Amino acid sequence: MENVLNALVVLTNYIIVPATAYGCQLALGALGATLVFAILRFSNFAHGELMSFGAMLTVLVTWALQSAGISIAPLATALLALPIGIIGAAAMTLATDRLVYRYYRRQRSHNVIFMIVSIGVMFFMAGLIRFIIGPDDQNFADGARFLITAGEFKAWTGLQEGLAIRASQVITLVTAIICVILLFWFLERTRTGKSMRAFSDNEDLALLSGINPERVVTFAWIIAAALATIAGTLYGLDKSYKPFVFQQLLLPIFAAAIVGGFGNPLGAIAGGFIVAFSEVAVTYSYKKVLTYLVPESWAPDGLVQLLSTEYKFAVSFIILVLVLLIKPSGIFGGRSS
Amino acid sequence: MSSALRNVALFALMFLLLAGDAYLHSWNSALYILNLCLISAIMSLGVNIQWGYAGLINFGVMGFAALGGVAAVFVASSPVMEAWTAGGTGILFAGVALLATIAATVYVRKAIGRDNPRFRAFATALVIAIGYFGSRYFYDPAVSAIEAVNPSATGYLGGLGMPILFSWIGGALLAAGAAWVIGKVALGLREDYLAIATLGISEILVTIMRNEDWLTRGVKNVVGLPRPVPYEVDLRGAQWFVDLAARVNMPVADFASIFVKLCYGGLFLVVIAVLLLLAETALKSPWGRTMRAVRDNEVAAEAMGKDVKRIHLKVFILGSAVIGLAGAMLTTMDGQFTPGAYQPLRFTFLIWVMVIAGGSGNNWGSVLGGFLILFFWMEAEPFGVWLLEHLTAHLGPDSPLRQHLTDNAQQMRLVMMGLLLLLVMRFRPNGLIPERR
Repeated sequence: MENVLNALVVLTNYIIVPATAYGCQLALGALGATLVFAILRFSNFAHGELMSFGAMLTVLVTWALQSAGISIAPLATALLALPIGIIGAAAMTLATDRLVYRYYRRQRSHNVIFMIVSIGVMFFMAGLIRFIIGPDDQNFADGARFLITAGEFKAWTGLQEGLAIRASQVITLVTAIICVILLFWFLERTRTGKSMRAFSDNEDLALLSGINPERVVTFAWIIAAALATIAGTLYGLDKSYKPFVFQQLLLPIFAAAIVGGFGNPLGAIAGGFIVAFSEVAVTYSYKKVLTYLVPESWAPDGLVQLLSTEYKFAVSFIILVLVLLIKPSGIFGGRSS
Repeated sequence: MSSALRNVALFALMFLLLAGDAYLHSWNSALYILNLCLISAIMSLGVNIQWGYAGLINFGVMGFAALGGVAAVFVASSPVMEAWTAGGTGILFAGVALLATIAATVYVRKAIGRDNPRFRAFATALVIAIGYFGSRYFYDPAVSAIEAVNPSATGYLGGLGMPILFSWIGGALLAAGAAWVIGKVALGLREDYLAIATLGISEILVTIMRNEDWLTRGVKNVVGLPRPVPYEVDLRGAQWFVDLAARVNMPVADFASIFVKLCYGGLFLVVIAVLLLLAETALKSPWGRTMRAVRDNEVAAEAMGKDVKRIHLKVFILGSAVIGLAGAMLTTMDGQFTPGAYQPLRFTFLIWVMVIAGGSGNNWGSVLGGFLILFFWMEAEPFGVWLLEHLTAHLGPDSPLRQHLTDNAQQMRLVMMGLLLLLVMRFRPNGLIPERR
């Protein structure tokens, strides 16, 4: 019995906790990308950089707060800086929309044109971010490090295996839940949210009912910027902030959004967790778990790993490609424009 | 000003820019940039065949270029016989098992019809699982045996040990093969999904190259690939070369590296001339008109009896082969294969900027775009540093802000590329040299 518990603790410590946190970050990122897709009808390649941009602003404000001695210990100061990061990112999206995307909306351009233009925005933002903060790793996490450390857990339960839960992981989960509740309340209950859903379902009908398209687009950008900033900041708190990483995160985020059906908010959340759990579970070595569960004579001598750890990101690419080839509308059905 | 004259003027401007670089830096750096420009121009020709002729979005440029690089390794590096005896058979068995898995999967999916999807999915998953673990049974021991053979120097199977020029054809063929498989499964997708899918596939390809050390040495890189042109060291020792250097009035060492770059440039020029000739002929031929018809109105072309799917597949393969060829050329010039260097920003999106800025649908436009964009990409770094050093001169030599700005000046080239793409898309969507209607 103790062995089974030990095996469960190992699984929780190495798969469930990290994958849940990562899944929340991906889900928030994918929600933003999906919203832009649902309202503006194009795949925004600049979304990874938008996450990076919002997170960068948050990091800068966090440093300013830290040097001013303002803190909300035991929570991370970054949470206090988040609103300013969100405002900055929203200003950025609205500026790019006014200067870049609005022209193509009026031209009624093909979504391929939007996509290529978003690559221009991606280049621009990537350069700006690296110019401002530099290409290196930045640490901005403070406050309590652990909710519970492996040592405390062992002492408390008397098991051989420890379970460590970092504060950033709890913050991620709680923040993500709050965000999702707020978003769905907004989409389901408010007039603006309803008009956004109507616009996404049937543009012509929505326009006939007197919905102002520019207003809907503005809200979509603001919400996407908020979600992207929160996702990027949480990712940075959990690991570390590095401008380069967000380009690598773009495809996992697309993967999450597409698995759930591009344009479908609930699907994006599910997709985020599917991608995160696959990434972690496929590249985890099950040797330790098995040694607890099977008799000693059967103990495996290999790592018992489906794919080596270097393939972590590749797992999400594989999921992405498979879903696109088998069911491009996603497993929950998205917009099939 | 007629369009022909304007195009000649644009190319003349390009060569003035290169000459300016030679004047400011050195002939060596200008020739190096020129060679890179030629390779980039070939890559953008490949993308132009896909996007400009047929409107296909391929964001997998990086993957095909990397396949070309791998081809250079497979063709030119010397075989490691020890590794072959240690793990060659195991790898071959694993390959056979993998092929058998694919065949069995296809067979099972054919045998169980679409009428019971649950059972079909279950059977497919079962076959794939059995095949995966079956392949791993042969694969894992073989890989550790191969990677154990002299890991610091080799630790991989090596190649065929043939002259590296063959790899240019090999790279084109390898990329074409991959494009055939990818095209077969992905070309039915609509535009933006095709873009995301090809980007994903190219990332998977490059991830494999980074991590399968038995095949490509992974991030340990394959260095010292043989050259198609003479080595500087041999040139310096040759009497005829010393005489030649004396005649052009240059130090022998400098002239040797310039001479080598000129040899590469000559080879690249031959390739680009042949490609341009073929591409221009194709564009003017009935085939080219069919392409444009399919691009501009797929439904009408289909109604006229054109097999749109086949045409798309052909174009996708052709364009990818050209990109693979350029990838092999790049690895040949570098003399080494570095899988870590393949980044989508540089090898996919930058090429796209070249095609769009040059003029999609126009081969000369793509070549010009390749030249111009790469030139700015290379020059933006020293220029940005120079500019910021002058702008921040009043801050004093040891101000942290100045230090930060000059350290990160090179990042401004990304901003410039983004702005350039946005401006072109907005004010000259047809590019510098538009398509001839």
